[in-house]
Amino acid sequence: MTIPSPKREEYDVAVIGAGPAGLAGAALTGKAGLATLLLDENIGPGGQVWRAITTTPVRDKGILGEDYWSGMHLVDEARGCGAEIVQGATVWSLDRNLEIGISVGGAAHLIKAKRVILATGALERPFPIPGWTLPGVMTVGAAQTILKSSGLLPQGRTVIAGQGPLLWLLAAQILRMGGTIDLVLDTTDRRNYLRALPHAAAFLASPYFFKGLAMMREVRARARVVSGVTKIEAAGSGRVETVSYEAGGRNESLPADLFLLHQGVVPNVNLAMAAGVQHTWNDRQLCWSPALDAHGESSVKGVYVAGDGAGIGGALVAVPRGQVAARAVIDTLKPDAGAGLPDHDSLKAALARAERGRAFLDTLFRPPRQFRIPEGETIVCRCEEVTASDIRQSVAIGATGPNQLKAYRRTGMGPCQGRLCGLTVTELMAEARGKSPSEIGYYRLRAPVKPITVSELASLPKNESATKAVERG
Amino acid sequence: MFRRIEEDRRKPVEIIVEGQSITAREGDSVAAALLASGLEVRRATAVSGEPRLPYCMMGVCFDCLVTIDGMGNRQGCLVPVRDGMRIEIQKGKREIGR
Amino acid sequence: MNTRADAIIIGGGIHGCSTALHLCLRGLRPVLIEKDYAGRHASGVNAGGVRQLTRHMAEIPLSLRSMDLWEHIEDLVDDSCGFDNHGQVLVAEMEDEFELCRERVAELNLHGFTHEELIDARELRRLVPAVAENSPGGIVSRRDGAADPARTTTAFRRKAERLGTIVREGIAASNIRRENKIWCVDAGQESFEAPILVNAAGAWGGQMAAGLGEPMSVEAVAPMLMITSRVPEFIKPVVILRGRKLSFKQFRNGTVLIGGGYLATPYPETNDTVLDWRKLQESAQTVFELFPMMRSATIVRAWAGIEARMRDDLPVIGPSAKHEGLFHQFGFSLHGFQLGPGAGAVMAELIVTGKTNTPIDGLRAERFAS
Repeated sequence: MTIPSPKREEYDVAVIGAGPAGLAGAALTGKAGLATLLLDENIGPGGQVWRAITTTPVRDKGILGEDYWSGMHLVDEARGCGAEIVQGATVWSLDRNLEIGISVGGAAHLIKAKRVILATGALERPFPIPGWTLPGVMTVGAAQTILKSSGLLPQGRTVIAGQGPLLWLLAAQILRMGGTIDLVLDTTDRRNYLRALPHAAAFLASPYFFKGLAMMREVRARARVVSGVTKIEAAGSGRVETVSYEAGGRNESLPADLFLLHQGVVPNVNLAMAAGVQHTWNDRQLCWSPALDAHGESSVKGVYVAGDGAGIGGALVAVPRGQVAARAVIDTLKPDAGAGLPDHDSLKAALARAERGRAFLDTLFRPPRQFRIPEGETIVCRCEEVTASDIRQSVAIGATGPNQLKAYRRTGMGPCQGRLCGLTVTELMAEARGKSPSEIGYYRLRAPVKPITVSELASLPKNESATKAVERG
Repeated sequence: MFRRIEEDRRKPVEIIVEGQSITAREGDSVAAALLASGLEVRRATAVSGEPRLPYCMMGVCFDCLVTIDGMGNRQGCLVPVRDGMRIEIQKGKREIGR
Repeated sequence: MNTRADAIIIGGGIHGCSTALHLCLRGLRPVLIEKDYAGRHASGVNAGGVRQLTRHMAEIPLSLRSMDLWEHIEDLVDDSCGFDNHGQVLVAEMEDEFELCRERVAELNLHGFTHEELIDARELRRLVPAVAENSPGGIVSRRDGAADPARTTTAFRRKAERLGTIVREGIAASNIRRENKIWCVDAGQESFEAPILVNAAGAWGGQMAAGLGEPMSVEAVAPMLMITSRVPEFIKPVVILRGRKLSFKQFRNGTVLIGGGYLATPYPETNDTVLDWRKLQESAQTVFELFPMMRSATIVRAWAGIEARMRDDLPVIGPSAKHEGLFHQFGFSLHGFQLGPGAGAVMAELIVTGKTNTPIDGLRAERFAS
């Protein structure tokens, strides 16, 4: 078996992530004749939304739906544009000199690029409820990933809890494939419907509206749904056995073998932050988003951020964001090559159209406080097994922010590097100290943003240009 | 927890989990193959020994850490299965130097 | 309206915090001003080595004094600081390196220092069974060990504050001036005044000294470190190499820290560093060769803390050569963590009594006065 690896030491453009934004960006820069490297961690292209689009065993197109299969044309474009695509490539470092550390098939490489487009997408917001670390508790996204890539269907008593479009989509897909769902617990705060009303007009005009409504109807017709859920708990000995919840002041519980959680997605910021890209707190989306100019360029010169990593917008927004960034890169590196390609203004107009309706979704699906800021012995940091009360106690004796907290507890210092606890820690500490998340800040993230082995690092190929580049920096 | 759909026509791939041979499919990640196997594949954490199974399946939670062909702490959800691959479930801190 | 204090300390690293604590113990009320937060830079993110081993002769008395404090660190700061004293071992990989070790120990003995002890290959293997087979021996300093740097600096800061230190974090000291023999320093909206000013500003200490008309030969550097995920316990002492840049230790929680002094590019003005992966590769290669069982260990984080390195690799401790009431305590040149407790005690002595019994002659600011 040959292990794929980047063919060159230096590229015009490195695009990181082969989801909607990355595919769209790489397709454009490749078409313009720029030496383009598209790096992706997964087994195949598509990102999370079009996961396994080239290999899925789910062949009935009606099951995964039109939106899923619409990704195929971008995969074909990216594959046919001359860009070099490396799957299974983990990017573990990016710095202000645009030096990129990569691991592929157990070997590490350092390469350089003149421009970098980060399209690292989103991850699911932490859902820190009691028992969320029990075996058998997974995210909705996780279940959807293996449904798409391996044709795995939930078996046994299945409960889904949370809110947001992905939850309804997965539920619909499970049911279409002949699976069963014992119960859907909808945690949407009922007051949010009123709060979202001012944004409703824009949403009605967005492509999400009718699709979303149809999907919810489809699920409600075939599965039991409880709305207004205000409290959730998973329990069991060594694995999930029971799900308990409170809705309308009543407490219920039921047995479960598989418990799927979801309350929206947030930008996957680790690589961008480790590269030094400035981020600000987005209070509408309750997450950190990079500070970007109109072309998607970040505070680190030459580093662009596109797709959900630039702020959650979904696949339809990610595509034009990737194209806007790519167009800006083409304009700075090879302006003549842009002639036959869509111009900046039309791309920006397409982006603006795609972004319509986002405020409605953000407001409607703003996760309730109790599902973001846990109490008592609920685990916050899954890697180091630190609880909410551990963190509150540390605050009481002097910890002022996420980085200071590391001196008291090892929160965020495990292998996930805060991906599953960072937002919770920021919001929890902000609340405990009576400050805003912006004042509290976030972990200072460090490369390698994904672990590499001692032998991988020890065996970095010597290469003269990279050595020189380092000395220059 | 999970079953395979009947229409799955992908090529079978034999992997060895804790000495036991199981059939996965080409394109499965190690973590997906383990979940589909129905075997006892819970790892024990390095901190307290608490049991875990994969949580995110997209490379961010590190709860699918597994030893693959002798190399420990691999993210099972990102590694595709290969014929003859040997998988060990990690119990506690991973032994090194074996 | 100025707030009056007994001393103004600039810099919330382990040195500034230790001096604040020791001044409090002597009944003074200091102000500590830190532009970020205590332990944000070198003091919080160094390798945590509590080491007397291989110190320059001029530093040894201070290091020995500090060691006495480390051994009772919980009495001093009400926190164990994660301190373990399983010794530090200097490994000679070649015969000629072992010969240098022999000379070193002989010279120390001549000066009356006995903390470093020559060990043969057998004792080396007993102390560090995991080390590669062919090392001829080395030196051990048995009382040495390691602590958790962030936890330690935080503990000093908290104790200092509990004893009465006024702590201001997240605000840079500015407009440092001397009026009628009193030092005045602004911190945001506030102004502080005191007869004593301590420069414990670490990587920013050279700038502060130069600003006060006392330039010294100093640069900002950023030594790089890496840490692995948890592995079962296999090594107790801290290991450093005689011939190559490597320091290596396993913490109680199982993580292994790999350092040794390769440098990142520091950007002190933005608190930023850029790692040099080619140099980290060399560290990884050394570990790969010396500890074969570490080859498949995973590195989960790499970083660099910004600190000051003097031209002669020795810190500046003691009164200014130019101004009355000004004291310097910076420039620890990559090995200041262990000295923190002792240096604070010495500074407090100097400030309160004008003298100290701990010889610091080779460390004074005068050596840079032209």
